[in-house]
Amino acid sequence: MIAVVDYGVGNLFSLTASLKHLGLENKVTADEKEIKKASHIILPGVGAFADAYKKLEESGLADLIKEEAAAGKPLLGICLGMQMLFDKSYEYGEHKGLGLIKGEICPIKDDLKEPLKVPHMGWNALKIVRESPLLKYTKEGEFVYFVHSYYAKNCPEAVIATSEYEIDITAAVDRGNVFGTQFHPEKSGEVGLKMLKAFAEAGR
Amino acid sequence: MITKRIIPCLDVRNGRVVKGVNFEGIRDVEDPVGLARFYNESGADELVFYDITASFEGRALFYDVLKDVAGQIFIPLTVGGAIGSLADFDRALKCGADKVSVNTGAIKNPSLISEAAKKYGSQCVVLSMDVKRVDGRFTVFAKGGRENTGIDALEWAKRGEELGAGELVVNSIDTDGVRNGFDLEMLEAIGEVVSVPIIASGGAGCAEHFVTLFKSLPKVDAGLAASIFHLKELGIQALKHTLKQNGIPSRII
Repeated sequence: MIAVVDYGVGNLFSLTASLKHLGLENKVTADEKEIKKASHIILPGVGAFADAYKKLEESGLADLIKEEAAAGKPLLGICLGMQMLFDKSYEYGEHKGLGLIKGEICPIKDDLKEPLKVPHMGWNALKIVRESPLLKYTKEGEFVYFVHSYYAKNCPEAVIATSEYEIDITAAVDRGNVFGTQFHPEKSGEVGLKMLKAFAEAGR
Repeated sequence: MITKRIIPCLDVRNGRVVKGVNFEGIRDVEDPVGLARFYNESGADELVFYDITASFEGRALFYDVLKDVAGQIFIPLTVGGAIGSLADFDRALKCGADKVSVNTGAIKNPSLISEAAKKYGSQCVVLSMDVKRVDGRFTVFAKGGRENTGIDALEWAKRGEELGAGELVVNSIDTDGVRNGFDLEMLEAIGEVVSVPIIASGGAGCAEHFVTLFKSLPKVDAGLAASIFHLKELGIQALKHTLKQNGIPSRII
């Protein structure tokens, strides 16, 4: 069973619909026992980093997720959920994250020379940087759907795929059993569904 | 590079997809769930789902249909039609919408945009505007194009962005259903005053209209159309190949 962590942030409809479509048993939950029992954990998230992380911490789920990840359980952070896996974020101040992946979350705008639009929103092609269980079914150049204004930086060890938006945007990361996608696999058509399938197969 | 998005629009009334010409003379087309699945599989980049149902029963049916659609398609889904409160936002999002589009509700109460942006994030709030030339001025119309608000479209677009709308759908009533091409003059004027993504709507009749749109107005991020796709006169992938041949970045599956 995949536990989708429910800490009161974001819309989980498409994610659970995707898992259901793939025939993957899943539960949206904030219950410690359920999360411990799960074979895999997905950490979703939209909105602002500080608010979301505060909710995660206050609910006691931040520590639980760290423990489960340390014990080797496959964990996938999506969008803001991925950003929270990192050491810290510079979204409106400096805020610490789960610290499962080395690196930091910085504003895209600061690194663009041309006046490209921020948020980086829409379908962009993946450049595969390194092999990963998460990308088992993913091919170079396939398109995924992004919506974000901040991105992960200074994390060369973790990057498995990028997308070009004048700069290389960190698209997907992994560190052992911990995975993250900046884009939304649940909104990325067949390509995204296959990635969720690959995640569910990770660690087996 | 971000690709230009191609977005089929499904106007739903009483559980069926309909398409009118200049907002009148509505014709029945097809089952929305089947049509949505077809677009998902044929590589549409996003779907827009408008509720043009008048009755209460129709509204309940719409949300049932929305849930069915959202459960079977895995691309971004925007929902609009009679969104007038945060409760409407909430209901649409719970039924599987990724973004919610406001039109008349935001004209009546502009703070709906800012409240929704604060609660759900700007990426979730799409300001849809129906615009028509009145005495040579781009003017916003409400209630599905029936009511002249007298509001200047450029002012309204700017205001919408300031209030926190993450995207603008600009629908030209003058070109809607006419199939002579998008309203480039109107889109250019609005593109000059905002920096959020613009979705062009109204007037697509063939693939070349999309090529012209994206070539002449680089600021336009997406093209929206209904009947040309519903009646299967233009396939999504065929359109995207044409775009690519013309050097326009496009998601081909």
